[in-house]
Amino acid sequence: MKQNLKIAILMTIVTTVLLGVIYPLVVTGLAQMLFHDKANGQLLTRDGVVIGSRIIGQGFSAPGYLHPRPSAAGNGYDAANSNGSQYGPTNQKLIDRVNADVARLHAENPSQLVPVDLVTASASGLDPDITPAAADFQVPRLAHERGVSEQQIREVIQRHTMGRQLGFLGEPRVNVLEVNLDLDQQFPMNKRAAIAQQSVAVR
Amino acid sequence: MTFNGWLQIAIYLGLILAVTKPLGIFMTRVFNRERTFLDPVMRPVERLVYRLSGVDENHEMHWTEYAAAMLLFSAVSMLLLYLIQRIQLHLPFNPQKFAGVTPEHLAWNTAASFTTNTNWQAYAGETTMSYFTQMAGLAYHNFVSAATGIALAIAFIRGIARRQMKTIGNFWVDMVRSCLWVLLPFCVIGALLLVSQGVVQNLKPYDTTKLMEPQQVQHINADGKPAVDAKGQPVMDTVATQTIAQGPVASQEIIKEYGTNGGGFFNANSAHPFENPTPLTNYIQMFAIFAIGAGFTYTLGRMTGSQAHGWAVWAAMAVMFIAGVTVAYWAEARGNPLLQGVNQQVTALQPGGNMEGKEVRFGITDSTLFGTVTTDASCGAINSWFDSYMPLGGMIPLVNIMLSEVIFGGVGAGMYGVLIYVVLAVFIAGLMVGRTPEYLGKKIEAYDVKMAMLVALVFPLVILVFSGVASVHNFGTSGISNPGPHGLTQMLYAYVSGAGNNGSAFGGLTVNTPWYDTSIGFDMLLGRFFMIIPMLAIAGNLAQKKYVPPSLGTFPVTTPLFSALLIGVILIVGALTFFPALSLGPILEHLLLAAGKTF
Repeated sequence: MKQNLKIAILMTIVTTVLLGVIYPLVVTGLAQMLFHDKANGQLLTRDGVVIGSRIIGQGFSAPGYLHPRPSAAGNGYDAANSNGSQYGPTNQKLIDRVNADVARLHAENPSQLVPVDLVTASASGLDPDITPAAADFQVPRLAHERGVSEQQIREVIQRHTMGRQLGFLGEPRVNVLEVNLDLDQQFPMNKRAAIAQQSVAVR
Repeated sequence: MTFNGWLQIAIYLGLILAVTKPLGIFMTRVFNRERTFLDPVMRPVERLVYRLSGVDENHEMHWTEYAAAMLLFSAVSMLLLYLIQRIQLHLPFNPQKFAGVTPEHLAWNTAASFTTNTNWQAYAGETTMSYFTQMAGLAYHNFVSAATGIALAIAFIRGIARRQMKTIGNFWVDMVRSCLWVLLPFCVIGALLLVSQGVVQNLKPYDTTKLMEPQQVQHINADGKPAVDAKGQPVMDTVATQTIAQGPVASQEIIKEYGTNGGGFFNANSAHPFENPTPLTNYIQMFAIFAIGAGFTYTLGRMTGSQAHGWAVWAAMAVMFIAGVTVAYWAEARGNPLLQGVNQQVTALQPGGNMEGKEVRFGITDSTLFGTVTTDASCGAINSWFDSYMPLGGMIPLVNIMLSEVIFGGVGAGMYGVLIYVVLAVFIAGLMVGRTPEYLGKKIEAYDVKMAMLVALVFPLVILVFSGVASVHNFGTSGISNPGPHGLTQMLYAYVSGAGNNGSAFGGLTVNTPWYDTSIGFDMLLGRFFMIIPMLAIAGNLAQKKYVPPSLGTFPVTTPLFSALLIGVILIVGALTFFPALSLGPILEHLLLAAGKTF
């Protein structure tokens, strides 16, 4: 008993150094060497300013931008506070939130039902993607706001659509941040319009 | 439900089938202390560990000494984890300058949680824990609690395999060899594979980025509630930046799954894009969760000299896995009938279904598959929130844990858990033909069955007492976030997850309170150690028995009939115990939802 207690104390120290310090530091070193960009979060810069991570969603509400899913991370796309809504399927708060979003989106594109991912909060609150259906739903608005044809918008979206990985894994998806960067580059909104849009965005 | 969805599930099970034999053989060699290809690297490290900690690697232990060593190690390492959390401000690798974890009951809960391989999280990682605490406190326990589970299962298998011996191995040797041979090499490779897909691995402070479009968001008060002014209008803030949490994630991520621990680096666990960025990382993580549990069925067959018995156990597990994933997939793919004006159908452009609390890259298939796998095993990592599942979809994870997580199961824990059921199944078969039951040449006698029943009874007793108390007191019900029958499910799930050492949650329940932290802490410790002691007692008792050659009256444990009987016993013992509670929670909610009722 006494012998095993002594071993337990020493074993805790020895294994903590090995598995709790050496192992993660070695992996960090290798990761930084081999996959520097990926290991640091795939940050994107525009005009020398870091504007986000390729794989972390951020909020967009101006009509000229592709909109992401509702987010329950902090007060919306807080990437230091990941979370889902945690609403159960029979919670009235869920129904109310969905109804309000559906009403708003339906006014914008009355021709089709709202794709489900566009009115449901993701698990992380940081989902960088929407489904191709949800992107397609927003095409008429984007074309109108950017003053270009729907086909031109679809081509931009197509460029940032990923199919199933290895041909069968996961689901097809559209990266919202990449589309919006591309839209700004290809079809910039003029400054006045952009400012006007920002004030519209306050809801 | 789609063809591609079923294809993903089928290929997944195929991969688990493929890894069973090689990993099973490898583990057999490791624990029989035979040569393996890793010896040139690991043997010197192993010897160094023994020299530094004073272990005599040739010493053999009686089951009581084995249990004592395991308990002492758990107690000492749990104390260290508590200490690390409390003083993390004064330790290195804390770029966010997080203060020591408070209140005390949270640090206690977390220490119990990670020591017991549960990884229940009453905290949010990215706002609470320093990088050092994550690495040396939490990820460290992911290794040793998994290694402890593996050691215990090996000890049990030795108990069956050995004849007229008083000892069942050396805990320290089994634990260290689990870490160095079984866990560590796979984790180094797996972690780098995850990084190559986009799981972050760094020690830098959180990044602050400038948003493309500043957003108006509702202000959150200090109490965590959205702010409103005197007229009841929301108070808005303009947010122009985004703070992106970072950290040494990949090294923790891989052991989180491979050791069936489940504690996320971030609050959103494997739903967070930095923990699980692509469908491939998701597949790797699911594979890692089942790998050791599946391999153990082969190790069982090989060490006891009855390979067909190992496969019979594998088959029983696979059948229950398929049943679970089918129901969960079906329930979620149907969508939520209460949502109006929403397209939840499968189309060429979307997978449809109930997407609340799920990520687009995973859709319905990979979310429900992950959810089933993580609760079949005692992992508890999640990539979608069970709280937002449909009533019957969320019932599957709950039932999986109620069956004691023996469907491939937690590393080691799944094996010794299922062996308890095997003992009961053999006993019941013996009763039916009126003979003393035998299992692989060992007579199963009163002592063994008593101990097995103790294991089978402690689990529901702990859960039902705690959740019963919680459901009739304000300190329990005040944590509920989803009213109606769903609220009962939230509380029940918390205690089932704790005692089952799973760690997943119906995440809406407010659990960082003195009551929940303390009670779930005990729930986890009782669920772990009160299972282990009787289990080791059976192992020690079996080891000293004589070998009885099989006769005409011996019930064969290698046939489909045995697999069916095993499933029957698991379902009867597990599910029937909890049926009343289930009928008041998810089943009632399902019926009310069908009638259009909301809460």
